[in-house]
Amino acid sequence: MADDRGYGVNDFAFKVATVNGTGSASANGLLLQALFRMGVPVSGKNVFPSNIQGLPTWYEIRVSGDGYAARSPDFHLVVAMNPQSYARDIEEVASGGWVLYDSTKKLDEQLLREDVNFLGVPLARMCVDHFDGSRIRILMKNIMYVGALVALLDIDLDVVKQMLEEKFSAKKHLMDSNYTAIRLGREYAEEHFECPLPIRLESMDETKDCVMVTGNVAAALGCLYAGATVGAWYPITPSTSLMDAFTEYCERFRVAPETGKNNYCIIQAEDELAAAGMVIGASWMGARAFTPTSGPGVSLMSEFIGLAYYAEIPSVFFDVQRTGPSTGMPTRTQQGDLMLCAYASHGDTKHIVLFPADPKECFEFAVAAFDLAERFQTPTFVVSDLDIGMNDWMIPKLQWDDAYRPDRGKVLSAEELEGVEKFYRYVDVDGDHIGYRTLPGVHPKGAYFTRGSGHDKYGRYTEGSAEYVEVVDRILKKVESAGDHVPAPEIHRSGKAAAYGLVSIGGCHWAVLEARDDLARRGIDVDYMRVRGFPFNSTVTDFLTSHEKVFVVEQNRDEQLRKLLLLETSCPKEKLASITYYGGQPLSKGHVLDGLAEQMPLTVAEVTS
Amino acid sequence: MSYIAKPVARHPKQPVNALGLTTRDYEGTMSTLCAGCGHDSVTAALIQAFWELDVEPHRLAKLSGIGCSSKTPTYFVRDAHGFNSVHGRMPSIAAGANAANQDLLYVGISGDGDSLSIGLGQFCHVIRRNVNMLYVLENNGVYGLTKGQFSASADVGTKSKQGEVNKQGPIDAASVALTLGATFVARSFSGDKEQLVPILEAGLRHKGFAFVDVISPCVTFNDHVGSTKSYAHTRVHMHEVIETDFVPLRSEITTKYEDGATRAVRMHDGSTLTLRKIDGEYDPTDRVAVIDYLGRIMKRGEIPTGLLYLEESGQDMHSVSNTVDGPLVDVPYEALCPGSAALAELQKDWW
Repeated sequence: MADDRGYGVNDFAFKVATVNGTGSASANGLLLQALFRMGVPVSGKNVFPSNIQGLPTWYEIRVSGDGYAARSPDFHLVVAMNPQSYARDIEEVASGGWVLYDSTKKLDEQLLREDVNFLGVPLARMCVDHFDGSRIRILMKNIMYVGALVALLDIDLDVVKQMLEEKFSAKKHLMDSNYTAIRLGREYAEEHFECPLPIRLESMDETKDCVMVTGNVAAALGCLYAGATVGAWYPITPSTSLMDAFTEYCERFRVAPETGKNNYCIIQAEDELAAAGMVIGASWMGARAFTPTSGPGVSLMSEFIGLAYYAEIPSVFFDVQRTGPSTGMPTRTQQGDLMLCAYASHGDTKHIVLFPADPKECFEFAVAAFDLAERFQTPTFVVSDLDIGMNDWMIPKLQWDDAYRPDRGKVLSAEELEGVEKFYRYVDVDGDHIGYRTLPGVHPKGAYFTRGSGHDKYGRYTEGSAEYVEVVDRILKKVESAGDHVPAPEIHRSGKAAAYGLVSIGGCHWAVLEARDDLARRGIDVDYMRVRGFPFNSTVTDFLTSHEKVFVVEQNRDEQLRKLLLLETSCPKEKLASITYYGGQPLSKGHVLDGLAEQMPLTVAEVTS
Repeated sequence: MSYIAKPVARHPKQPVNALGLTTRDYEGTMSTLCAGCGHDSVTAALIQAFWELDVEPHRLAKLSGIGCSSKTPTYFVRDAHGFNSVHGRMPSIAAGANAANQDLLYVGISGDGDSLSIGLGQFCHVIRRNVNMLYVLENNGVYGLTKGQFSASADVGTKSKQGEVNKQGPIDAASVALTLGATFVARSFSGDKEQLVPILEAGLRHKGFAFVDVISPCVTFNDHVGSTKSYAHTRVHMHEVIETDFVPLRSEITTKYEDGATRAVRMHDGSTLTLRKIDGEYDPTDRVAVIDYLGRIMKRGEIPTGLLYLEESGQDMHSVSNTVDGPLVDVPYEALCPGSAALAELQKDWW
C-alpha cells in the first residue's frame, strides 16, 4: 500500500530509458515477466519513436498490488541508459526518487539534482571486462541493469533464474552470459547501495489465472476463433502487429492436415482502399473477412465503407487509434476516430462500433464484430488504440465456449432458394429491417446486382424518390436496432444515489477507475459508465438522464464522445461536461482528477492528482 | 435510366449448348447505352463466349467499377451475381471475392477511365497478384458517362468533341499489363466479333489474370474525325499480329493450319488454343520480344491486335498463397476454430 509519499512496497512506477534497436526490449520484457511471476500486478508501456534504430525509447513499468493499470506519470526510479536523453530522464524522476545510470562515464554535474539519489553502476566497463565482442557487450549491458534492479527492488532471483532457464534451455552459452550479467549487476548493487530501496517488490498471489498479452494479439486471436478466413491489410503503425499475429496463428492452426494447404488467405494490399475492397469482396462471397488499420486508413477506406453500408455487405474493420490528425504522431495514442468510425463516408451513414478497454475485450469484441456484421449486414468497427493494442496488459485467462457457433445472419441456402418463387435482396420480409442475402455461385434464383448506386427494395437500379427513401429508411432502423445487440455499457454505481457521473470509453477506463477510487476514499461518490458499443442503447440514455451532471472523459480534443452522446441520445447539452486529454500519452488518473477539480463544486475541490 | 427487363421468349429453333441453354439465357436486361455504342458489341461477344463455353450462369461472378462500360454487366447473364462497385476499385473486390471462393468464374468489366486513372494502382496490383479472372477493358479514350473528357488512353493530338486537343501522352493498357508480368494479354476491337469471341473464350479459360483491351468506340463523344479510337480510324489502323482460335473441350478441331505458322496451346482444363502467326516471327510467348514488337508497330500509328502474349503456367494467386483447393467459404467452422483446449495451451506462452 502507498504511504504518505505515494509509493512503497508493490506500489511504484519506474522507467527504463534506452536506445531503440539495442536489445533493450528483451531486458524490459524479462523484468516485466519476473514481476508478474512474483504474483504482483504489473503493466508495461513501450514509448517508442517513429523510427527504426538509434533514437531514444522508454519502457515504463507500473507495479500495483491494488491492480491499477493506468499509466502513472510519477516515476520513482529511472534507469537512464541513454546519454542522449539524460537531461529529460533525470527531470522526470519524482522528488526523493532514484536514478540508476551507467557510471563508466562520469555524469555531467549540470544534470545532478539534490532531491534525487544517483546510483551509478559501471555497466559498460563491467561488460568489457567480462564479455567478448561488441554485440554481446551491448546486449549484456541491458541484462546487467536488470541484475542491479534485482537487488534494488528485491526481485525474486529464483523467478529470474527460472525464466532464463526457460528462455535459453537450448542455448547454454547464452544462458551463462545472461546469468553472469545478472549476477554482476546484482552484486555491484548490493555492495554499493542500501538494498532494497523503499520502492520494492514483495511476492503476492494476484496474478494467478492471469496472463499478459497485447490488445492486437488478442484481437487477432479473436479473428481466428471467429472463423475469419480472409485478411487484407496495409501495414500501418500501430495495427501491423494485429495482422502479424493473425498470420502466425493461421500458420499454426489453419493448415489442413491432409494436404498441408491453407484454410485462409491473407493479402497484403497495395493500400488501405484496396484492403477495404478485398474485405468487401470476400464478405460478399460469404467469407468472414477483416482488415486492421489506424485512423489514416479509415479515412482512405471511407468510400468503400459507404458502399458496404448502402449495399448492406458485412465487413469488419479494426481501428487501432493513434494521434491524429493527418500523419499525426504514429507512435502515440489518442481516441480521435470516434466520430469517424461512427459515421464514416459521405451521405447518411452510421455504423456499428465496439470499444474494447483491454486485450480481453479485444478478443471478445473481435468475435462479436463478425457476428454483428453478418447479422446486421453492415460495416462493423472494433476501435481500440495504440496503448491497448501494443502494450502488455494483465487480463484473466481467456475462455472459449466450444458450443459457440458463428451467427452467419440471414443467408438463403440453395434449398431455400429452390423453394422461393423470386428472390428480392432488400425486402423486409420479417419486419426486423434486415433483408435476406444470397451468396454468389449457390443458386441461379439467388442472383442479384450489388450496387452502391440508388436501388429499390427489389435490388434494381432506381432514380425514384419513394423507392430510394424506402430502402435508406429501413437501413437506418436496421442499424439502430443493433444498439440492443452491441456490448452493453459497464456501469459502476456507488452505494447511494450519486449526483454525479463519469462516462468514458475504451482505454480511459483504467485511469477513470483509479480516479474514482481516489474520490471514494475522500468520501466523494461518483457513478461511472463505460460505453462499449454504438449505436447507443437506452441504458446509455438512462445513465445520463439520471445524474445531475455527467463528466465525459475522453482522449481527443474535440469532445467526440460527448458530441456523439448529444447527437444520439436525448440528454440535454448542459448536463454533459467534458474532461479531455489528448497529448499522446495514455490517460492517467491525474488527468481525470484535475479535470474534475476544475469543474466540480467547492466541496470536492480538494481533489488533486 | 430504369430497369428494363427483356422478355424471356425462346425461339423453338434456337441452338442450345451442352446445358440446354440458348444465347438468350445468357442475356441480361436491355442496354441503355447509346445506339451504336461499342460496349454493346463487346457484351454480345461475351454472351456468345459464355454460351459456347457452356458456362453455368450462376457460377459466373460479374464485377465492374463505374462508367459506361461498368454498366454492362447488367446486360449479360441475368442469373449471375453482379457487383457494380466504385470507380477504379473493382480489382480489389475481385481479389477479395476470388480469395474467398476460387471456384467461380470471375469477369471484371472496366473502361479506360475506370482502369487507367483512378484505377491505375489497383489495375497494376491485380495483375501482380495474378488473380484468376478475365478483365475486359472497354477502351474508347473518353469518360463517356461524365460527357466526354479525355481519358488517360487518349492519344496525343486527338480532338475532343468540343475541339480541345489532347496534349498528354497515352497510357497503353496492354503495354502496362505486359510490363507488369500479366500472363495473358490481348487486344481486340468491338467491331471485330470474329477476332474477339475466341480471345474472350481463351481468356475465360486461362488460369491466372487474363487481360483484354478492347477498342470500343464511343459514338457520342469520340467517334469523329480526329479521334484515334473511332470506328473509322480503328478499322484502318488495326494490325492483327496473331490469329486466335479457341477450341472448347467438347468441340472438334475443324480448321487445319500449316506447320510452323501455327501453335496449339493446351489450357489447364484440357481445352485447346491455336495461335497462327500473321506477322512473320511474332512469338506470343516471348514477353520482351512482344513488348518490343508492339512498340514498333504502335510507333507507326498502327494498333496491334490479337492474343498478344500468353503464358499458360496454371498458376494464380491461390497457387502462391498455397490455399486449399476449393472455396474457403466452404471450409466448415470446425476446421477453422482451434477450440478451448488450444486456447488454454497457447496462453501458456503468455507468461
